[in-house]
Amino acid sequence: MAGGMKMYGKHRFPGRLFIVEGIDGSGKSTQLMLLKKWLESEGYVVYFSEWNSSPLVQDVTKRGKKKKMLTPMTFSLIHATDFADRTEHHIIPPLKAGAVVLADRYVYTAFARDVVRGVSPKWVRDLYAFAVKPTVAFYFRTPLDVAMKRILGGRDAIKYYEAGMDLDLSDDIEESFRLFQGKIIDEYEKMIDEFGLVAIDATQSIEAQQAEVRKIVSDALAGTKKTKVRRWVDLASLARGSLT
Amino acid sequence: MGGFGFFGEGLPDVNLAELKGKLIVLEGTDGVGRTTHIGLLKQWLENHGHAVLDTGMTRSALAGKRLKQAKEGHTLGGITMSLFYATDFADRLENEIVPALRAGFIVLTDRYIYSLMARAIVRGADPEWLREVYGFALKPDAIFYLRLKIDDLVTRVLQSTGFDYWESGMDLHMGEDMYESFVRYQKWLLAEFDKMVETYGFNMIDASGSIEEVFADLRDRVDQVVARDGD
Repeated sequence: MAGGMKMYGKHRFPGRLFIVEGIDGSGKSTQLMLLKKWLESEGYVVYFSEWNSSPLVQDVTKRGKKKKMLTPMTFSLIHATDFADRTEHHIIPPLKAGAVVLADRYVYTAFARDVVRGVSPKWVRDLYAFAVKPTVAFYFRTPLDVAMKRILGGRDAIKYYEAGMDLDLSDDIEESFRLFQGKIIDEYEKMIDEFGLVAIDATQSIEAQQAEVRKIVSDALAGTKKTKVRRWVDLASLARGSLT
Repeated sequence: MGGFGFFGEGLPDVNLAELKGKLIVLEGTDGVGRTTHIGLLKQWLENHGHAVLDTGMTRSALAGKRLKQAKEGHTLGGITMSLFYATDFADRLENEIVPALRAGFIVLTDRYIYSLMARAIVRGADPEWLREVYGFALKPDAIFYLRLKIDDLVTRVLQSTGFDYWESGMDLHMGEDMYESFVRYQKWLLAEFDKMVETYGFNMIDASGSIEEVFADLRDRVDQVVARDGD
């Protein structure tokens, strides 16, 4: 942090940051993966910022969840800690190096989720003031019923906190999940104007959504560093070749 | 009623009117004798029939252990570390301090948000941001700031544990060796604490005397806080 702490909207980096948001089942991860393939094929240096922060922070989060020790405040703070680690290690350095950084979920997930849990909207926004403002933040807008069908068909079990079971919305985990996600959608809708999220209609075909995303991204990429495409080299045969 | 309040936005689901105990904070730099005096105060208050909870930093059930490990490895960045401490503090506030105050305990805490803020500021965090983040903290009934001049502090640390990596701010690369770094780091912390005296209403305690002298001073002042509002 030498040189002072930069706040949201004040960072200046040569790289670009694109993030996707939306409820589970909105198809945002698929869209991000397709965007990544395209950017790589175009020769950009792409860095995918996964949620693999420090094992120490992860341990606390996992343990807190497993033992149901988390209150809305500590849930919010431990996720902010995790996000800070990602920012300091996996977002700022590649952006400084001029990479195109992609992230699946960002601060807006926390704003939606924590506020639904009863945390003050102003406080949680202040908490994340250190975050880098994305070049473009996509919001994959999905009606609740569509998302629910995709999720309940395709996965084994919904987890306690994911379903918002700590909120006592319903004793039935599926019903709780539905109610919780509905409230999350309300929060996302409010954030479209507040943060200038780019809403994509996620009921369209995958191809149509991706075309829209690529158009917006390519406009935002003017002047970004590209590399020459490197081909894989078989080092073993190369070595053998040099010996004979 | 003690009339508790929050610094800022506060904690969700806490009814302040239910908090009946007293929250007393001991602050000050490393090596100033906080832990000794907390122990003495606890004994003294219990002898007088008060139920006492003593608590300190990095002791939360949620994050305490991992936070200690994080310090040993020192791989976490400044903002991450600040928030890790805030998580630990929130867990103790919600699960120890608030329930104890509800039950009418006197809570003695070894350091509070002021130390956390001073250490984070020295590591580059924005003071205004920290104030917002710690807006969920309860305002204490009294804050006693044990203060020693830097020369006395050096002598005292040499007589006890010696210089340690974190207390010397070695992660900040401030000096050639631990001594130089310790002096610069602790001076900086002292300056940050001194800035908070007025803002947060610290009660200054001159910590240069003998343990007995300092404790006598502290005990009289704590007595007044406990007696306030007709006990």
